[in-house]
Amino acid sequence: MLTEQERAEIEVHAACYLHRRAAGPEALKVVQAHRGWVSDEALADVAEALGVTATELESLATAYTMIFRRPVGRHVILLCDSVSCWVMGYERLVEHLRSRWGVALGETTADERLTLLPAACLGACDRAPALMIDGVLYGDLTVEKLDRILEGLK
Amino acid sequence: MAKIYIENIPYEVADGQNLLQACLTLGFDLPYFCWHPAMHAVGACRQCAVKQFKDEADTKGRIVMSCMTLAEEGIRISIDDPEARAFRAGVIELLMTNHPHDCPVCDEGGECHLQDMTVMTGHAYRRYRFTKRTHRSQNLGPFVQHEMNRCIACYRCVRFYQDAAGGRDLDVFQWHNHVYFGRANDGPLENELSGNLVEICPTGVFTDKTFKRHYARPWDLQTAPSVCGHCSLGCNTIPGERGGRLRRIRTRFHGEVNGYFLCDRGRFGYEFVNSARRVRWARVKQKEVPAAEAVAHVAALAGGGRVIGIGSPRASLESNFALRALVGAECFYSGLAAKEQALAALVLEILREGPARAASLHEAACADAVLLLGEDVTQTAPLLAASLRQAVLTQPIEIATKLNIHRFHDAAVREALQKEKGPFFVATADATKLDDIATTVFREAPEEVARLGFAIARGVQGDAPPVVDLPPERRQAAGLIAETLRNAQRPLVVAGVAGGSAEVIQAAANVAWALCAAGVPAKLLLVLPECNSLGAALLGGGDLEAAAQAVRSGAAETVIVLENDLTRRAGTETVEAILSAPHVVVLDAIENATTARAEVVLPAATFAETNGTLVNNEGRAQRFFQVFEPEGEVRGSWRWLGEIEQKLKIKNEKLKIDSDGEEKRSSVPQQSWGLQRQEEAERFDEVVAAMVRAMPELAGVVEAAPGAGFRVAGEKIPRQAQRQSGRTAVPGEASAEERSVPADADTALAFSMEGYAGIPPAALVARYRRPGWNSNQAINKYQQEVGGPPRGGDAGKRLFDAAGLREKPYFSTAPAAFVRRAGELWVTAAWHVFGSEELSVLSPGVAELSPEPYLGLSPEDAAALGAKDGDLVELRIAGGPAHRLRARVRPALVAGVATLPAGLGELAAMELPAWGKAVTIGRTEGGAA
Ligand code: SF4
Ligand code: SF4
Ligand code: FES
Ligand code: FES
Repeated sequence: MLTEQERAEIEVHAACYLHRRAAGPEALKVVQAHRGWVSDEALADVAEALGVTATELESLATAYTMIFRRPVGRHVILLCDSVSCWVMGYERLVEHLRSRWGVALGETTADERLTLLPAACLGACDRAPALMIDGVLYGDLTVEKLDRILEGLK
Repeated sequence: MAKIYIENIPYEVADGQNLLQACLTLGFDLPYFCWHPAMHAVGACRQCAVKQFKDEADTKGRIVMSCMTLAEEGIRISIDDPEARAFRAGVIELLMTNHPHDCPVCDEGGECHLQDMTVMTGHAYRRYRFTKRTHRSQNLGPFVQHEMNRCIACYRCVRFYQDAAGGRDLDVFQWHNHVYFGRANDGPLENELSGNLVEICPTGVFTDKTFKRHYARPWDLQTAPSVCGHCSLGCNTIPGERGGRLRRIRTRFHGEVNGYFLCDRGRFGYEFVNSARRVRWARVKQKEVPAAEAVAHVAALAGGGRVIGIGSPRASLESNFALRALVGAECFYSGLAAKEQALAALVLEILREGPARAASLHEAACADAVLLLGEDVTQTAPLLAASLRQAVLTQPIEIATKLNIHRFHDAAVREALQKEKGPFFVATADATKLDDIATTVFREAPEEVARLGFAIARGVQGDAPPVVDLPPERRQAAGLIAETLRNAQRPLVVAGVAGGSAEVIQAAANVAWALCAAGVPAKLLLVLPECNSLGAALLGGGDLEAAAQAVRSGAAETVIVLENDLTRRAGTETVEAILSAPHVVVLDAIENATTARAEVVLPAATFAETNGTLVNNEGRAQRFFQVFEPEGEVRGSWRWLGEIEQKLKIKNEKLKIDSDGEEKRSSVPQQSWGLQRQEEAERFDEVVAAMVRAMPELAGVVEAAPGAGFRVAGEKIPRQAQRQSGRTAVPGEASAEERSVPADADTALAFSMEGYAGIPPAALVARYRRPGWNSNQAINKYQQEVGGPPRGGDAGKRLFDAAGLREKPYFSTAPAAFVRRAGELWVTAAWHVFGSEELSVLSPGVAELSPEPYLGLSPEDAAALGAKDGDLVELRIAGGPAHRLRARVRPALVAGVATLPAGLGELAAMELPAWGKAVTIGRTEGGAA
């Protein structure tokens, strides 16, 4: 069941489009903002609210890598694995995240604190290697800098 | 015409096509995946690349996708260019990196477009050495098997399913190498045309699940041209048999009727042929007897006089005629209940005598404004739904044309159109599966639907009969619809007999005729219940009530029933009267309540085991051919009846000779008929000829397909592929002898792999295969122009055609307004694509999707009855027996009207619509009291 709040927010988006189904991505983002991810049940609810089938909405949801169809941790790390960051050694960061923080690409820590996902170019090539945590971009990363950032997260 | 240059050689091609279609029409073998003649081009697969050159001097050229490029005047291309070749081979190689190469265990193998294209491009060795991505496949219900790992991401499936069929539960998920085509969750595909995925998908992702359960390699199947017997549209099919079992049904292309498609009832409803309930041996008084004995018994009965014949709308013209010939025209009855008969006769009268032409499915798809009155066509004529989905795009396509977008640019056209729909007015009592494309929906009781129709006709032409007491807003709506239809160029009116309302059909005719009178060439499409309903109407004869009367009065002592379970058709009183005749002879393929009551039962062939002609709802006579020799003493009903007639003749002659006191003839054949039928029994063509002599209006039946004498280069058309294997080994378990090939004196087809291997006339096409083209994409080669009619023209022959000039007076009386009765329900029939039809429901998959009997109630009536969805209710119709049913609340159903599923169990013979009374008698678990 969608909450009143979610429903209201979805309606705001739906009103912006000629066809309700066009609000699909925004509506999914609403649910994700409130719940961290989009469950099958939530997907079906959103589909109903927009007058589309679950299959149609799933098609959209799976086309957007930033719509999470599985539970994620409290903090989502998007680590760039594209060319500039590769040249600048993003692999070191991956290795460090695995050994020190216990999280590999595509995984969530057991304490549900961190989820690590790859991203293709964050548009910060000039500050490679780069990553984004909960929407905040960090560049020119070193292992030490990364530790400092992560230590500050609950 | 446009002149195009391929390898510097000029060719003339039709205007407005893409290069791919033009090249294929010219006979070039150019590989492709995502393009489909019925679905146009999206440029998704990059397989159809060719080199295009600026001019003669340009030697470098550039690679273009032929499916996305207009074959315009002067264009210069090369198919053979080395770079283009390398590109195409590269595309296949990429597509194959994730393909499992599992041809040996793939049901598509041997008729796979991917195999063909891989061979065509010359990609013979795999270089990819890495892990392949794998998917979990889904359970998509009883009809379609899913194996996602074989996908090459051409997008044909979703384009067909969504755009052509209107389905909303199959889509694409994910990205690049991970794209996945399926449903959000496992579960049966919801669209009635889902089976076409099997033929649309160029690989083995979607295959026929019913075929899988009794699989044989496609080239090992014995096949023949056939016609679907599960509704009145008459889609063309190719059934395939091996080892005495019917294995599957595939589409036979017909430009005017079904195009490239079939519905799921037609494709998957064939399994009744293999049913354990088949009648295989002749029976007299519950005892199996040799065929000859049964024939002699029936001949003796028939010789006694006082014999009547009861025909059937699901039997061929020939079988019905053979019965009519045996008993005499005045003793022949149509096999329809009075009401059904009157409706079929009404449709025939309208199509035969009225000025509006009966629309083919293709013509329906080309309509630019549609009025649908009363009929839920998705349930009664499933493929028509696809035509109407196309028709609503006819007008909007203009938007794309104005933007200079060619029709073949499918994605661009759809982008330009957005959700735009052409005029489509739907007036029915309950929701239909076409409401999503309707411009206006009217939810009304059948009488009001008819009144709306009459009012529209009146709005088109002032001299059409008026409708009294029509509310002003309804009159206004009718006026608007009338104006829209009048302004259209090819308007279409659709109705049908499923609702049991003559007035609705009359209203539809009036609208079409008013449009014709106004100079607009409107067409009519009237849906009938069965595959030969119109044929039965053409043959005439009294209805079942009249037959019952003949028995009651003693005028009939022997009743011969042809392929007709009377208990499904008429009320108990009528049926009991008929079956109480001293002698009842039944010819049928399946044991049913009527065969159970017969003194003599003769095992009749199904459509797959004999030849015959059916007349579809537009009056097109179409021939179906025997696919295989069945087990047992199964014969076509026409043949049984011919044998009986012959026996009778010999006996009469003998009697005559005896009574003339001449020398007794001793040469009356004594052997079993089974042995001599090939030599002595009447030939199929003779039955047709006799029929045409007796009923000149059926003359066209002769032209429905070439006769038995037809040969190409002196050869017959083989039913078996040249590659058929193990012909002598199949029965090896039972016998080591080489089986002799059954002769076929009745048709131009042979039970053999030998014969003419080229392209025969469309009516005789038994399979699609040309060198290098083993999948159904070989259909291209069987067409004059790719996507157009077959070489030599479409199969079948229309028996009558409106001249457009004829005049026929309007039906003059619109029905009175629908008045609800307190405490009663106007019970109408709701048809179900799976369940309502008698034979297909014997197929396990169809049975699985068939609903349980129920009573459909409007929310208002449900509330009044205190019934919730799923509650048990008791329904009594016209004081008849009580029926216990589950209530189903139908949110859109008009109040005062209730629905009963048609053709299900004990409800099948119920004459609807009728007034009924319902009471709620129980609650579902957990339901509040
Ligand atoms: S499933 Fe078949 S039709 Fe659909 S994209 Fe894959 S290969 Fe093409
Ligand atoms: S049931 Fe009707 S629509 Fe379906 S394939 Fe048969 S003839 Fe065509
Ligand atoms: S490559 Fe990493 S931010 Fe662009
Ligand atoms: S057929 Fe042309 S790109 Fe697929």
